[in-house]
Amino acid sequence: MPEIAEAELARRRLPLFGRLAERYRTSDKAGYVMVLPYILHFLLFTAYPLVFAFILVFCRWDIVTPMEFIGIRNVQRLSRDATFWTAVINTLRFLALHIPLQIVLSLLIAVILNGRIKFRSFFRGAFFLPFVISGAVVTILWQQLYSTDAGILNLILIRIGMQPVPWLTDPAWAIYSIAIMATWKNMGFYIVLFLAGLQNVPHELYEAASIDGANRSQQFWRITLPLLQPVMLLVVILSTIGGFSLFIEPFVMTGGGPAESTLSVVLYLYKQAFQFLRMGYAATIGFALAIMIFLVTFIQRRLLDTDQSA
Amino acid sequence: MRTLTKVLGYILLTVAALTFIYPFLWMASASLKPENEIGTLALVSRNFSLRGYSAVFKQIPIARALFNSGLVSITSTMSVLVLSSMVGYALARLRFVGRDSIFNLVLLTMMIPGQLLLIPMYILVVRLGWTDSYRALIVPAMISNMGIIVFRQFFKSLPQELIDAARIDGCSDYRILFQIFWPLSKPVLITVGIITFIGSWNEVLWPLIVIRRWSMMTMPQMVTLFHVGGLANAQVAAEMAAAMMLALPVILAYLFFQRYFIESLALSGIKG
Repeated sequence: MPEIAEAELARRRLPLFGRLAERYRTSDKAGYVMVLPYILHFLLFTAYPLVFAFILVFCRWDIVTPMEFIGIRNVQRLSRDATFWTAVINTLRFLALHIPLQIVLSLLIAVILNGRIKFRSFFRGAFFLPFVISGAVVTILWQQLYSTDAGILNLILIRIGMQPVPWLTDPAWAIYSIAIMATWKNMGFYIVLFLAGLQNVPHELYEAASIDGANRSQQFWRITLPLLQPVMLLVVILSTIGGFSLFIEPFVMTGGGPAESTLSVVLYLYKQAFQFLRMGYAATIGFALAIMIFLVTFIQRRLLDTDQSA
Repeated sequence: MRTLTKVLGYILLTVAALTFIYPFLWMASASLKPENEIGTLALVSRNFSLRGYSAVFKQIPIARALFNSGLVSITSTMSVLVLSSMVGYALARLRFVGRDSIFNLVLLTMMIPGQLLLIPMYILVVRLGWTDSYRALIVPAMISNMGIIVFRQFFKSLPQELIDAARIDGCSDYRILFQIFWPLSKPVLITVGIITFIGSWNEVLWPLIVIRRWSMMTMPQMVTLFHVGGLANAQVAAEMAAAMMLALPVILAYLFFQRYFIESLALSGIKG
C-alpha cells in the first residue's frame, strides 16, 4: 500500500512536537479525561509524599518548629540504633516460627481438603473466617485467650495436666505467641492458595506414578511437593511482607514489650513519629522498611514472571 | 487402611475447624457473661446479660463510629469502582498519548509499600487541614491501583464489536463503560468491591494517625483505643462486646457471600 507508506513517511518528517500533536489529533479524547483522576491522585498521594519522604530523611523536624537540614545524620543514627535492630531481629524471630508453621499446617489441611471430602466448602469457609475479620478484633480476642491467669488457653493446658505458659508476659515467649496468632489468622488464605496449586497438578502424573508402583507418600514427595514450589514461594514472600508490616498486634497486645521483645519496625516508626515527633527519623525508618519489603517483593515479581512465561 | 486415613482426616479437619470457630463463639459468649464467669470454657451461661453492650454505649460514641465506618467504607468503595473502572477502560480500550506509560506507572506505584508514605501523607493531611475529617479517610482511598489492573485485564477480554456497535449508535465512551461494560462485569465489580470494602472497614493504622476526636473515629480505631486506652476499665465483657460490634457486620456478610469473599480476597493476596 504505497499511500500508507507515504503518509507514514510524511508523519516521520514532522518534528517531535508535530508528531505528538498528530498522535493527539487521532487519539480517543475521552481517554485523557478518564485517566485524569488517576493522574491527580498519583501526583497528590504518591509522587508528592514520595519526594517529601526523601527530603525528610535529611532533616530534623518536629512539625512545630522549622525544618532543619542535618545531612545524613538520620541514616547514621539508624545504623547504630540498637532499638531499631531489635525490631528487625524481632521480625526475623517472628518469621522463623510463622513461615514453617504456616506452610506445614496450611499444606496439610489443603491436602486433606483436596481429597474426596464431604462438607469441603464448610471447612474451607471456617478456616477462612479469621482472615476476613479485622486484625483489631483478632488481637483483642487473642490477648484474652492468652491471658496468663484467666485465659482459656492456659485453662486447657492445666486441665490436660500441663504447666501454664506466660504467653505475652515473658520476653522469650511473647513474639512467638504473636506468630502463632498470625498463623491462625492467615491460614485460611494460604489453604486456598495451596488448594488452587493442588488442583493445577495434572491428574495423569499421579496415574502414571501409580502404574509405576509409587505409593501415596512417594507421590506426595516426588510429584505434589515439587509442583507446589511456586505456591510455596508465594507463601514465604507474602508472610515475610506481613511480618515486616506487623503493627496492630504488638500495639494492642504488648505495646512492644515486655523488654521490647515484640517491638515491630512499623510500631517503632509510629512511636518515633507520634510520641517523640521525630518526623525525619521516622521517614528514615520508613525508607529502611521499604527497602527490606522491596527486596522481597522484587524477588516475588521476578519469580512469578518467570513462572508465567514457562 | 484407606478408611482409617479417611476417618483420621475428618477428625483432624473437625478439630482444626473448631480451633477456628470456637474463639469467635467464645468471644460472643464472653460479651454476654458476667465478669466472674468469663475465664471458663463454657459457651452458655444462665446469667447472660447485655450489660457489656450497654457499658460500651455508655462510655464511647460507638454508634457514631459505626456510622463513620459505614460511610467511609461505602463511599470509598463506590469511588474505587467508578474511578478505577474508568481508568481501566481507558487503558484497555482507548488509544491516547501516554497510555502505556500510565499503565507502567500503575504497576510501579503498586510496589511502593504504604508504610513508606505514612509520614509525608500525614503531613500532607495536616497541611490540607484535613485532620479529624472524613476527607482524610476517604480521598486518599478513592482510587486503587489493584482495581485499575483488575478492570483493565477484564475489559481487554470483552469483544470489540460491543464498542463498535455502540459507537455507530452514537454512544460516548462513558455510556459504553457504564451501560454496556458494567452490566457484563459483575464478577470483577464484586471482587474489587469486596477487597476494597473489607480493606477499608478493617483499616486501623491510618485512622489512628489522622483522627484524634472521638466523634470522627472509625470502628476498628475506636474499639482498639477503647481496649488500649483503659476506658473499658478492664471489663472483659465490654471489650468483647465492642469487638463483636466491629466483627459482626463482616461475619454476617461473609456468611451470605462466602464464596465471593474467598475468591476475591485470595486474588488480593496475589495481586498485592
